[in-house]
Amino acid sequence: MNFIKSIVAAGLVAASTSAFAADITGAGATFPFPVYSKWADAYKKETGNGLNYQSIGSGAGIKQIIAKTVTFGATDAPLKPEQLDKEGLAQWPMVMGAIVPVVNLEGVKPGEMVFDGPTLADIYLGKVKTWNDPAIAKLNPKLKLPSDAITVVRRSDGSGTTFNFTDYLSKVSADWKTKVGMGTAVEWPVGVGAKGNEGVAGNVGQTKNSIGYVEYAYAKQNKLTYAGLVNSAGKTVQPTMAAFQAAAANADWANAKGYYLILTNQPGETSWPITAATFILMHKEPTDKAASAEALKFFTWAFEKGDKMAEELDYIPMPPSVVKQIEKTWSADIKS
Amino acid sequence: MADMAVQTTGMEAAGPYDRARALGAFKAGDTAFYWTTRACAISVLLILGGIILSLIAGAWPAIQEFGFSFLFTARWAPANDPPILGALGPIYGTLVTSVIAMVIAIPIGLGIAIFLTELCPQWLRRPIGLAVELLAGIPSIIYGMWGFFVLGPFMANYMQPYMIRAFEGVPVLETIFAGPPSYLSLFNASLILAIMVLPFITAISVDVFKTVPPVLKEAAYGVGCTTWEVVRSVVIPYTRVGVIGGIMLALGRALGETMAVTFIIGNAFRITGSIFSPGTTISAAIASEFAESDGLHQSGLILLGLLLFILTFLVLTAARLMLMRLEKKAGN
Repeated sequence: MNFIKSIVAAGLVAASTSAFAADITGAGATFPFPVYSKWADAYKKETGNGLNYQSIGSGAGIKQIIAKTVTFGATDAPLKPEQLDKEGLAQWPMVMGAIVPVVNLEGVKPGEMVFDGPTLADIYLGKVKTWNDPAIAKLNPKLKLPSDAITVVRRSDGSGTTFNFTDYLSKVSADWKTKVGMGTAVEWPVGVGAKGNEGVAGNVGQTKNSIGYVEYAYAKQNKLTYAGLVNSAGKTVQPTMAAFQAAAANADWANAKGYYLILTNQPGETSWPITAATFILMHKEPTDKAASAEALKFFTWAFEKGDKMAEELDYIPMPPSVVKQIEKTWSADIKS
Repeated sequence: MADMAVQTTGMEAAGPYDRARALGAFKAGDTAFYWTTRACAISVLLILGGIILSLIAGAWPAIQEFGFSFLFTARWAPANDPPILGALGPIYGTLVTSVIAMVIAIPIGLGIAIFLTELCPQWLRRPIGLAVELLAGIPSIIYGMWGFFVLGPFMANYMQPYMIRAFEGVPVLETIFAGPPSYLSLFNASLILAIMVLPFITAISVDVFKTVPPVLKEAAYGVGCTTWEVVRSVVIPYTRVGVIGGIMLALGRALGETMAVTFIIGNAFRITGSIFSPGTTISAAIASEFAESDGLHQSGLILLGLLLFILTFLVLTAARLMLMRLEKKAGN
């Protein structure tokens, strides 16, 4: 009996102390989860303040912040300015990622293959069916391409990765835009759907003659054969940190209301065409002002000290010019 | 109640008046017991009703938007403006995978059960019984991953090419077993489902086979029946209702299984006719898209859930009707 009592007592103490520390709560996108939790860990060590982030998906994150059950929401697909105004929300990009095409083709090494947007769209439309199709051959004159059918792999779950990938295809292919369009889940004309980035990476990794798209980190960590892309300036670029950051720096953040900007097909000769920011949502007039102020302290800290940690996890930090602008937004918009 | 029972024996000797009071107390106790159990039983109906109501409420926008065309539309285009949503693809996938799974699992499951109860030597009974129970204990996500990494590649590289070649040129079968081989397909999902529902069929069949009175079997053997004849003419007819109950339980699981199927079915909202092509089921579609859905898209997914509910209900009703007809026949 005493044993049970002491357990209950210990539980109560634990519960009361954790409630006392007033952790910041956030919920949403799964894509930035690794970096947010790494930041939270380091932040707790430095300041003693905790952050509880639940990666429940962008859509659910938006719902949670609108319902005011969390201090901040996180989403991979930015909300439109009208919707932000309607809900009284502020929005800004926190960190970026890049999406890369990956292939599994015998004899082809990472970085050897090149696609351009229209060809990628045609493959995912099912119009380009085999690897030795003239459209692919023209871009890759040095590669020996087999006549095998292309196995198209894509996400089965609704995801920000799909949102940005289909946004890019819509921008570069009129056919894609009218037939499929963009969204977290779309009507895929061909291909098999695998669950999560890890599912697509795994499926491409073990299926011969396949193509897929994943977050850069997954391509790198799974040692997949990534491909280069032809960007909007007509130059072939490889997926590198420099190319990703060029895309963010060349983007027109200053004129994007509510930071509503999708980072695909951005200008610049060195820009990687499919990068994506992941966004934070907070109420402009929060009900719990203390928690809100605490969250902003955390984000400030993350912008100041979190870059290296982000890069270690293959995320791309926001360019300093954008960070300065975001910090101005905070003081102007969020009342605390 | 126990106290009362002890008291009563004493009271009985005391006289008729006390006896009536004791009986009254018994009656009150019984009434309370009756109402408690009745409340438990009714609560099931209430919960079920609540689930149906909330499903209908959630699905209402989609019902208003699409109406009956939802059932016959094969397109699933949530990103379209306005969204075009149809359930035909997932319904097709759900039925096809469940039917194939049952076609595979019923004979094997019954075979195992017959072997275990009629033919198996004592020392082998426990290991096989345990293995079957273990199959039931494996979490569905493990089945999914095993299907994704082991069964899928094996099927695509060895089994499917062989089957595609074997049926080449045969009408109808040629379409059903059409290539190209795929790691993720309706057929692979069916196989996983078959393995997953096997324990349901086997365990319940074993239990009901054991209820056959030995006297019946001995009599049959006594007039010179073979083991096969005993099983076919004595054991199966005697336990038919129970066996079908087990099969229905298995079918229910096959219709609703989510995680393992999502991993291996390929999640494509298409109807191609070939069981080697990727497809989707109702539950897999909901599990995949629900988290990132909103508005009409989410309502459509809830409507899919409602359809699965109705589908399962129809299957169970059909099973009941079939059982009733069988009973009648047996009665005549």
